[in-house]
Amino acid sequence: MLHAYAQAFALVFDPYVLTVILCSALFGLFVGCIPGLTATMATALLVPITFFMPPVPAVAAIVTATAMAIFSGDIPGALLRIPGTPASAAYTDEAYAMTKKGQAEVALGAGLVFSAIGGLFGTAVMMTSAPALAEIALKFSDYEYFWMVVLGLAGAVFIGNASVLKASMSLLLGLLVACIGLDNPAGYPRFDLGITELKGGVSLIPMMVGMFAVSEILRFVVHMDPPLKLATEKIGNVFKGMWGLLVKYPWPLVRGSALGTVIGIQPGSGADMAAWMSYAMAKKFSKEPEKFGTGHVEGIVEAGAANNSALAGAWIPALVFGIPGDSITAIAIGVLYLKGLNPGPTLFINNPQNIYAIFLVFVLANIIMLPLGWLTIKAAKNVLRLPRNILMPAILLFCIVGSFAINNTVFGVLLTLVFGLLAFVLEENGFPVAPAILGVVLGQMMEENFIKSMIKSDGDVTAFVTRPIAGFLAVSTFIILFWPIGAWLWRRYFSRRNMPVAE
Amino acid sequence: MRTLLAALLVAAATTAQAQYPNRPVQLIVPWGAGGGTDATARIIGALMEKELKQPFNVVNRTGGSGVVGHDAIARAPADGYTLGLITVEITMMHHVGLTPLTYKDYTPIGLMNADPSGISVRADSPYKSVKDLLAAVKANPGKFKASGTGQGGIWHLAIAGLLKDQGIDPGALPWVPSQGAAPGLQDLVSGGVEVVPCSIPEARAMIDAGKVRALAIMDDNPPALYPNLPTLKKELGTNWKIAAWRVIAAPKGLPADVQKTLAIALKKVYDSKDYKEFMAKQGYGTVWAGPEDTAKFMAASDANLGGALKAVGLAK
Repeated sequence: MLHAYAQAFALVFDPYVLTVILCSALFGLFVGCIPGLTATMATALLVPITFFMPPVPAVAAIVTATAMAIFSGDIPGALLRIPGTPASAAYTDEAYAMTKKGQAEVALGAGLVFSAIGGLFGTAVMMTSAPALAEIALKFSDYEYFWMVVLGLAGAVFIGNASVLKASMSLLLGLLVACIGLDNPAGYPRFDLGITELKGGVSLIPMMVGMFAVSEILRFVVHMDPPLKLATEKIGNVFKGMWGLLVKYPWPLVRGSALGTVIGIQPGSGADMAAWMSYAMAKKFSKEPEKFGTGHVEGIVEAGAANNSALAGAWIPALVFGIPGDSITAIAIGVLYLKGLNPGPTLFINNPQNIYAIFLVFVLANIIMLPLGWLTIKAAKNVLRLPRNILMPAILLFCIVGSFAINNTVFGVLLTLVFGLLAFVLEENGFPVAPAILGVVLGQMMEENFIKSMIKSDGDVTAFVTRPIAGFLAVSTFIILFWPIGAWLWRRYFSRRNMPVAE
Repeated sequence: MRTLLAALLVAAATTAQAQYPNRPVQLIVPWGAGGGTDATARIIGALMEKELKQPFNVVNRTGGSGVVGHDAIARAPADGYTLGLITVEITMMHHVGLTPLTYKDYTPIGLMNADPSGISVRADSPYKSVKDLLAAVKANPGKFKASGTGQGGIWHLAIAGLLKDQGIDPGALPWVPSQGAAPGLQDLVSGGVEVVPCSIPEARAMIDAGKVRALAIMDDNPPALYPNLPTLKKELGTNWKIAAWRVIAAPKGLPADVQKTLAIALKKVYDSKDYKEFMAKQGYGTVWAGPEDTAKFMAASDANLGGALKAVGLAK
């Protein structure tokens, strides 16, 4: 094994490979920053280039670019309220609220440092126990996925600081939007109004860009907010205070990284779901949940770590069984085959130096993320100094370009504008938009897993709780859902008993 | 960004063409980045670029089980600057009433690949041959479930058609819709379903990992990857076969000279070492047909699959 690692070191620390890593890091940072261009797209664009590379640099390019893209998606999210990639959407509002309070550097610094730590955590898990974990992930069936999705949806209602009723209504709106189109278990077109484009459903990215960014632009036009105040004298100090955060929030960090890795391993759920779930969890377990949504860094620590660790987690089933953990590894598996690194247990036995080289690339990518991310943030911060009447039209242009690019169709631009308007009206009336987006992310998965489970069990509902893992997840879901009611009853009971004269 | 730029160029440029192609060509894929169709399109695009000295930009137009992308290809101007990689679904969707589009809405350039369906079970399944499996399905209608693609998708049709062919009610093996072969196989291994009919390259990693056992292939010959895999003909004596295929096509009404230029270049791409090696490494089957033969091939596929869809009660 040591010998194999020595060979792996030689494979990675080769000038050509290092150049590839550096270039794809810059590429990933750029793609992640542009709203509408996702980490998945970065991977797809890299594939034709990797045709002409040896195996290790080809995989290194994908690993590095995606890790960078997931981090740099935080930057426009924090500065402009436009999540660069869907993985940043969960805490975009939080980070933007921090920027408004003049704490952009803390938000971005936390995003950067804890992304890197989360990524390293996921990598460490992958290095030590990939085959065993992939084996467990294979035991998950639709029943288990169904409960995981319900858990995620339950979290949606508690994120942010809007009323639970309004958050629930927003979530239901998202679930309704998720029903549109042909991609449902019956393969039957729903709510398509006879428009071919709507048969494909509402794509998440145009919707997300519209709901976050276009609504913000509309708000600016209507209210003419004064320019954001940023503590510009602190340039380059994004690392300041990070040690303090690390000491203050060790549990959110570990929790986020662990949950992210687990979500990543599950086929079909990736970095975006990891971020949503861990953000909700951070609020649930926080000592000061009332601060969430007002510019509080705790959720960013946890969710920022989670989305990067999910990235590494997704590679575990991909390498061991050729089953993609997310849409990025779905592409990467094709590249692995192409390079003769056929996924499977044999990959760990026959050519261990290649697999160790991939591990080392993960470590390296997450380490160089710190200096490169620092430089990117330093450059991007200048955006805030631009007068808003110049900045806002430019952002609108970016939104349009991004929503066009995702599917190369004007229909995407239309969706962005419609959802921007809708989100503006919702937010002006106190409805949060984040639950609606989560509804779209998870709605399809929930329906699919429910229907599949019911077909398999011949309509027997008890199948959802009789499998051991499913039963455990079901109990956890109900505890989380009914905890507030239980706690309320408990308090009521005790206050009655202890203070009978209060009435 | 490159694709975007190309799209803008395509939209802006005039139709005047001195020597085709004199500007970038857009290659639309109706399926998502990362799948087998996408990978095939990207290698074809890269090699066509070398042949015709113009950029070939692969553009994914996903959604609606392929309807959206196929529609986009058919509606594009027939000037040779928008091509598409159309798939077997174009000869299925109109039978089910999802779209009025048929294979006749395209100008075929060439057939590039076909992957026959296999039949796989879990490695610890008691059924060692397709005969045993089908006997068990017949004896216990509704007990076993199958998965591997969406409702009414190609692999669904493959197994339903086979059951019909063997005189078994297709409803005896209920279909569990999935987003594709990979989630279907995962479900097979986790014990959710008992049968996955999908192409052999899709099941390859799981077969090699010792998690899944392939029982048979629905083709005339065993696949190159597993030469010992029996054909249905050998196992059951039936001629039932079905394959997913991929054709490079342009919108209907493509000028004949442009079609000829493209067909010649595409044939060179098909014959190239790069293409053959790429497809062999992925485990994908390669088949070539020129424009006329491709048209005939698609017509035959349309008739076969339409008949099968009706027989199993999926057609409208």
